[in-house]
Amino acid sequence: MTISIKEKIEAANAEAFNRINAAEPVLVDIVPAGDVVPGLEDRMVLHAGPPVDWKHMSGAQQGAVMAMAMFEGWADSHGQAGQLLDRGEIKLDSNHHHHAVGPMAGTITRSLPVYVVENRTFGNRAYCRLVEDRQQFGDYSQDAIAELYNWRDAWAPALALGVRHMEGLALKPIIAKALQMGDELHNRPNAASAIFAGAMAAPMIGAGVGKDDLTSTLNYMTGHDLLFLGLSMACAKSAADAACGIEYSTVVTAMARNGKEFGIQVSGLDGQWFTAPAPEVDGLYLPGYGEGDAGLDMGDSAITETVGWGGFILAGAPSILNLVGGTPEEALAYSREMREITVGLSPDYLIPALGFQGTAVGIDIRKVVQTGILPIIDTAMAHKDPGHPIIGAGLVRAPMECFHQALRSFAARYATE
Amino acid sequence: MEKDTPINELLQKPIVAINIGVQDFAEALQDQGVRVVNVTWSPPAGGDAEMLAILEKLL
Repeated sequence: MTISIKEKIEAANAEAFNRINAAEPVLVDIVPAGDVVPGLEDRMVLHAGPPVDWKHMSGAQQGAVMAMAMFEGWADSHGQAGQLLDRGEIKLDSNHHHHAVGPMAGTITRSLPVYVVENRTFGNRAYCRLVEDRQQFGDYSQDAIAELYNWRDAWAPALALGVRHMEGLALKPIIAKALQMGDELHNRPNAASAIFAGAMAAPMIGAGVGKDDLTSTLNYMTGHDLLFLGLSMACAKSAADAACGIEYSTVVTAMARNGKEFGIQVSGLDGQWFTAPAPEVDGLYLPGYGEGDAGLDMGDSAITETVGWGGFILAGAPSILNLVGGTPEEALAYSREMREITVGLSPDYLIPALGFQGTAVGIDIRKVVQTGILPIIDTAMAHKDPGHPIIGAGLVRAPMECFHQALRSFAARYATE
Repeated sequence: MEKDTPINELLQKPIVAINIGVQDFAEALQDQGVRVVNVTWSPPAGGDAEMLAILEKLL
């Protein structure tokens, strides 16, 4: 009996859906990226979004890359860093080519410690850097870089000792609990951050972390609402990567932006990017900033929406609307709408506001194109120019052109029968 | 007034309209005090013939 292409796609998408849901992410270490991230070379900066060269990079991402050159000691000033980059003496590559993700500009270099999350179901690992509100937005000031030094020299090593002491921390229970507490794990991971801080305190003491570093790290963790975003992104990446490369699958395995282009990847078209100009973010601005200041959509953090969190579950996180705008009614509508373009609902990650139904998982490019419903993402905003911290937050939709391109390529590859 | 045709009889009673698609039509009726239920709808693939041809094979 001949199996039709439609049946093959349905079977492949069910497999992708099941793999994403089956992910068991465990935080196994926090170590310098150069020790663990495959292919991360010396004098290389990984960045968010699809690949982009220095000349075409957005202002904020350029600022963040220059900051990393200063952080690594390759340059003493952003001007000197810019000269190195102009001469092509620093390599650039997309985080996603290295099983990594990073918030906003997303910059990762060898010395920067990253969260190492292992998907115990499939054995694959994913990596994400810390989350902060300055350098990752393109701020190259000494104060911005100082936070990276604190992360490298005190906070990450202290946390790593705690993680090793407990032989890894299972993150799925933390995520499931946080979703019951009003998180959406993208711009509202407050509950998960608090649970994580609580889970790490005793192991750090048990591991013998010195008093000064312990106090500093506990202060860092308890005062950082977005702390868990770095972990939720690594969890999402570890789940999405497990669903890559399934022949005939039309499920999206990555959505990422570099401030110039928005790109998606699709399971059955493994490794290819489908890109369109990054959209403007519709949002609210911090004091001192306005619409004319904003750069375009940026960051790998849409990996959370890729697996059904973030904007997809705004209905369960109404408090975030103070940050990104909108009403609770609109948030409910967004979350219901996302069910129209996905394979199914998560059996584990449940949303009280939706009658304890699961999050919408497995974005199907066919359904996006057919319905015209575009994935919704909540996001922070960076300045259009280098040298600034966070300027606001808002909502954005993925561009339809990415899905049209992907569907054309899918048809060219598979619909030849 | 014209004779009482079925349509005239209907229009003399309070109307509840169901609008499918373009929301402006629903809002125009609402502005006139008419109760409207709006159904969100748009043509599949936005009417894009190339995409519709691909979807015919794949979905």
